[in-house]
This record gives sequence, structure tokens and C-alpha cells, in this order.
Amino acid sequence: MSEHASSEDAAAGRTSTGPGRALVAVYAVFAIAATARSVYQLVVKADEAPVAYALSALAGVVYVLATYALATDRHRLAVGAVLFELVGVLGVGLLTLLDGGLFPDATVWSDFGAGYGYVPLVLPFVGLWWLHRTRGPA
Amino acid sequence: MTDTIAYGVALLALLVAVFAATHTVRDAPFGNPLFYAVSVLELVLLVVMVGGFVALAQTDRDVSGGLYVSYWLTVVVLPPAAVLWGIAEKSRWGTGVVVVALLTVAALMVRLLGIWKGTYV
Repeated sequence: MSEHASSEDAAAGRTSTGPGRALVAVYAVFAIAATARSVYQLVVKADEAPVAYALSALAGVVYVLATYALATDRHRLAVGAVLFELVGVLGVGLLTLLDGGLFPDATVWSDFGAGYGYVPLVLPFVGLWWLHRTRGPA
Repeated sequence: MTDTIAYGVALLALLVAVFAATHTVRDAPFGNPLFYAVSVLELVLLVVMVGGFVALAQTDRDVSGGLYVSYWLTVVVLPPAAVLWGIAEKSRWGTGVVVVALLTVAALMVRLLGIWKGTYV
């Protein structure tokens, strides 16, 4: 679908309109999901898996930042947040495969986001593609 | 909340999502039929939510109540929020926002079932 986006969908520097609108919606969902999950985990059972819960919180912050940056056309902030997200999902995904004991409880990024239909793995690539398309004088 | 109800509602959300996606693909504006479809889904969600709350109050099983209620509130907020925010986007991607929200509703229904049955978290 997104391949058919016409050139006017990607007004230079605008990350919040056209396909970006739908992308911001996906990011908003994950911002809420990751943040709510970490708040719940930290409030209810912080001592069970502090590393995993701290990571959930970090993931939440990153998604909130990415959502905010994309929605308000802050291109450079968006690139930073999405890159961090990419490193996060790849790093945590790899760590959960290598040493499951590190994460006794799941986070959004565990097993490359398998618990969320691998959307967390695909999302940063879509995000970077979109940021690449909308690059220009911001 | 039974499997049939949860998966039934999830399926309904998926169907409306597909309907919304046809708008996105054809670059069709957000029209009345889609509005009615989302409204019907929202009504069903509200009814099942109330039923779910009654069941939560009556059950003697150990259901994670706070989690259950907060998931429900998220589910019923999503469709109207997506419609409002989607209409503001004039391109085809306005209905894309609705697609995203409804897919999320379907996913959350499955997760709600897990919370209700105690198989999740």
C-alpha cells in the first residue's frame, strides 16, 4: 500500500501527514502499550524482574519520544528515537535468545517483539524508511 | 467472558478493519457506511465491557482486576479516538489510522481473554 503513496504524500520535512499519520498511530499504540506495561510491572511487582521492567520503561520512553517527534515533524529527534528503538529491539531480542535468565519476565522487545506479532521489529525499519522519504529542510 | 465472545468481537473488529482498509487502498473518503460499521463495533464493545465488568464482580476466581479494567477502557477508547484523529487527515491515510486502531482492538481482545482466564501476566 505504502509503495503507491504519491509524491505529495511525502511533503518535505513533514513526518506527520500522509502515510506518516498512520505510522504515528502505530507508534502511539506502542507508546501506550510499553509505558502502561512498565508502570504496571514496576508498581505491582518491581522486585520480580527489575532488569526487564526497567527495559520496559526505557522502551516506553523511546516510543513516546518517537511518537512525539513524528507527530510534530521533529525529524532529527525522530531519527534518534527510531535508531535507538532499532538497537533496542535487536539487542534485547538477541539477549533473550542467548540468555533467557536475564529476562524472567517479558518486555515489548523480548524475542524480537514476538509477543506483539513482531511489529516492534518491523516498526523501526518502516520508521527509518519514512524518515528517509521525508528528509529535507525541516 | 468466553472464548466465543472474545474471538467473536476480535473477528468483528478485524472485519471492520478490512472494510476501513478498502477505503485506504481505494483512496475513498471516510463515509457513512464505515462510520456506522465502527459505531456498531463500538456498541458491541461497550455492551461486552459492561458484561465483562459484571462477570468480574461476580467471579470468585483470582482475576487481575486492575489490568482487566484498564485494558477494557483502552479498547473502548480506541475506535472513537481513531475516527476523530483519522478524519482530521484528509489523505487516504486517515482511514489508515482507523485500520491501525481496529487491528489493535482485535489484538487487545485476545489479550483480555488471556487476562480473564489468568493465562496472561
